[in-house]
Amino acid sequence: MTTWETIATIAGMALITLLTRGFFILPSRELPMPEWLREGLRFAPIGALAAVIAPELVMSQGRLISSWLDARLFGAAAAVAWYMWRRDMLSTIVVGTAVMLMLRIGLGW
Amino acid sequence: MSSRRDALRTLIRHPEFSRGARDMVGVALGIGAWGLVTGVAMVKSGMDPWLAVLMSLTVFAGTAQLATAPLIASGAPIWVVWATAGCLNLRFAIFSALWRPYLAHLPRRRRAAMAFFAADLNYLLFMRRFPEPKPAPEQIPYFWGGVLVNAGSWHLLSLVGIALGHRIPAEWGLGFAGTVALIAMTCSMLSERATWLPALVAGGAAVAAYALPLKLNMLVAIAAAVVVGTVIDHTRALQGRAAR
Repeated sequence: MTTWETIATIAGMALITLLTRGFFILPSRELPMPEWLREGLRFAPIGALAAVIAPELVMSQGRLISSWLDARLFGAAAAVAWYMWRRDMLSTIVVGTAVMLMLRIGLGW
Repeated sequence: MSSRRDALRTLIRHPEFSRGARDMVGVALGIGAWGLVTGVAMVKSGMDPWLAVLMSLTVFAGTAQLATAPLIASGAPIWVVWATAGCLNLRFAIFSALWRPYLAHLPRRRRAAMAFFAADLNYLLFMRRFPEPKPAPEQIPYFWGGVLVNAGSWHLLSLVGIALGHRIPAEWGLGFAGTVALIAMTCSMLSERATWLPALVAGGAAVAAYALPLKLNMLVAIAAAVVVGTVIDHTRALQGRAAR
C-alpha cells in the first residue's frame, strides 16, 4: 500500500468506528426492532466480553492449547478468585498478571 | 465562545464527572496495557510510526487496530481491511441500541461526539451506574468523566507503545493485563445478574468458531449469548406462570 492508500484506509476505519458506535444513536427516528430482540440484547455485552476473553486464555496461534499447564489459565483463575474476594479491579489486574508472569518466567509454563 | 467555555467548566465541576473518572481509574491500568500492546503491535507489524499515530488517534478501536495493522502492513485490499474492522466493531452497533434511550434526546452533533467515544468499558460502567434506560442530566458529566480517563490512558500508552515499538519484548505478556481487566469486568457483571450460562456458551462459541474469517466468531458468540439468555428468560417466565 502507498502512504496515501494507507491514510485513506485509516480514514475509512475512523468512519467505521463512528458509524458502528452510532448505528442506533445517530438516526433521528427510532429504528424498528422486535421486542424479544430488544430484551435479548442485554446479554450481548457479556457475550462480547466472553468472546474476547476465551480465545485469549485457551488458544495460542489459532489452536486450542493441549496442556493444562498454561500460565494464562492460572493467571485468570487467580484473577477471578481475587476479584470475588476483594471486589477491586485495579488489584485484580495486578494479581492476575503477576501470577501469569511468575509461572511463565519462573516455571516456563 | 466564552459560553462554551463556561459549559465545559460546569461539566468538569459536576460531581458526576469526577465519579465517572474515578470509576474508570479502576480499569485504567488494563486499558493502558491494551493501548501499549496495540501501539507496539502496530509498529511491529511493519506500519510506519506516523501512520500508526494517525490510526491510534482517529480510529480509537483497539481490537480493530490490532487485527487490521498486519493486514495493512501486508498490503491486503482496502475492502478486506474495512470488512475486518466493521465485523469487529459490530458489537458497538449492538451496544448503540442500548445507548439510544439515554442519548436520543440530545442534538445530533452531541450524539455523534458521544457515540465516537463510547467504547466497551464506557458502556459497561455507564450501564452499571444508570441501569434504568431513562435520560437524566447527571449522565452526561458521568459519561465524559469516564471518557477522559478511558481515552486518555488509552491514547497516552498507545503513543508510548508506538515510540518504544521493538524495544518491548513480547514475552512480558502485557496483553494479558488487558485480558485480566476484561475478566474482572465480566466477574462484576456476573455477580449482578445470573448471566453466567450465556457467558460460558459465548466463550465456547468464540473458541469453536475461531477459524471463521474476518473475526466473525465474535458475532457467533454474541448471537449465542443472546439466544441462550432469551431462552432462559422465557423458561423462567413460563415457570413463574406455572407456579401461579
